[in-house]
Amino acid sequence: MREDGVRPTKDRGLTRRQFLTYALGGTGAFMAASILAPLVTFSLDPLRRTSGSRFVEIGHVNDFNEDFPKLVNFKVNRTDGWNQGEATMTAWVIRKGGDILAMSPRCTHLGCQVAGSVDAAGNPVPSADGEWWFHCPCHGGRFTKYGINDPTRPPQRPLDVYEVKVENGKVLLGSIHQRTV
Amino acid sequence: MFAKMYDWIDERLNITPIWRDIADYEVPAHVNPANKMSAFVYCFGGLTFLIIVTQILSGMFLALYYVPDIVNAYKSVDYITNEVLLGNIVRGMHFWGASLVIIMMFLHMLRVFFTGSYKAPRELNWVVGVLIFLVVMAFGFTGYLLPWDQKAYWATAVGTNIAGSVPIIGPYIRTLLVGGDTLGALTLTRFFAIHVFFLPAFLLVLLAAHFYMIRKQGISGPL
Repeated sequence: MREDGVRPTKDRGLTRRQFLTYALGGTGAFMAASILAPLVTFSLDPLRRTSGSRFVEIGHVNDFNEDFPKLVNFKVNRTDGWNQGEATMTAWVIRKGGDILAMSPRCTHLGCQVAGSVDAAGNPVPSADGEWWFHCPCHGGRFTKYGINDPTRPPQRPLDVYEVKVENGKVLLGSIHQRTV
Repeated sequence: MFAKMYDWIDERLNITPIWRDIADYEVPAHVNPANKMSAFVYCFGGLTFLIIVTQILSGMFLALYYVPDIVNAYKSVDYITNEVLLGNIVRGMHFWGASLVIIMMFLHMLRVFFTGSYKAPRELNWVVGVLIFLVVMAFGFTGYLLPWDQKAYWATAVGTNIAGSVPIIGPYIRTLLVGGDTLGALTLTRFFAIHVFFLPAFLLVLLAAHFYMIRKQGISGPL
């Protein structure tokens, strides 16, 4: 305590100026938050929309063989904002040890469309590149007929696969996911 | 941490005097509601600005989902209102805020009128204020069309026909507003562009001039 009765700044605790600054700042922050909260929530709406995984029938188990993958185009219903429409999906389907393996044609490097080894009529044929059956035109990525990548090329994981269900011999495809190797 | 960041920037750019000039402003006693409650009428200008800021913000966010096209405009507005999370709140902010801007602006104008604040040397700021008034009315007119529903369409049909009734140049004004003969796709894109690009630019320039003049000339004296 000084002689004139005024306490030095250090032990005054909260000063009037500080209190007013905090009160004003707090009120301002509350007002700003009450305006911004609904706006930010509004912009985050896409996060709660999932594409959903409905299964689509693409054919019979016997349509596919163990030799080479077969290209299948099928349509799925897609919601795009306020638009409802059909989107065409593509899968390379092969049988492996009794199971159906349906691979996405998206290269796992940067998403180009990989090409299978097919003849002019589109029928699967043995690859001219040994075991490498899929080739990506963009950066030389290549995959075996089971979609396993060549680790010396840019793609660093196998082709993604569709969720597969077989019901009474019918093959149904769901959503695409990464393989766990 | 923020204090340290501030100090770091301030050491290099000496920003303290800049914001002190803006923020440390002594409000005259006769406009301080703490002294006399009726002085709250001096808040109307600031409140108009506050609502304009929320209009700009809510408009920016609405533009995330809105499409200015005759096929999709109504569908996108419907999607905003009924599908998007808090969509009708954000649209409601913009909708009600639009009316509120005009109400607050009018109250502000009445205050300036009845306190005689428009008199010399502040005539020029009154003129800029009137220009802001016109720009805000244009905001209302162009924004009204954007939902592209029946009310929007026919209100714009009436509005553009009123513009068309101006002697001699009326028909030309109408054609330019509508973007042709028919109220349709071109009208919607025009009104959208005017509403979200042209008018905000005018408004911000005019507001800057308005505020600069207030600071330069000070708040008018007591009655």
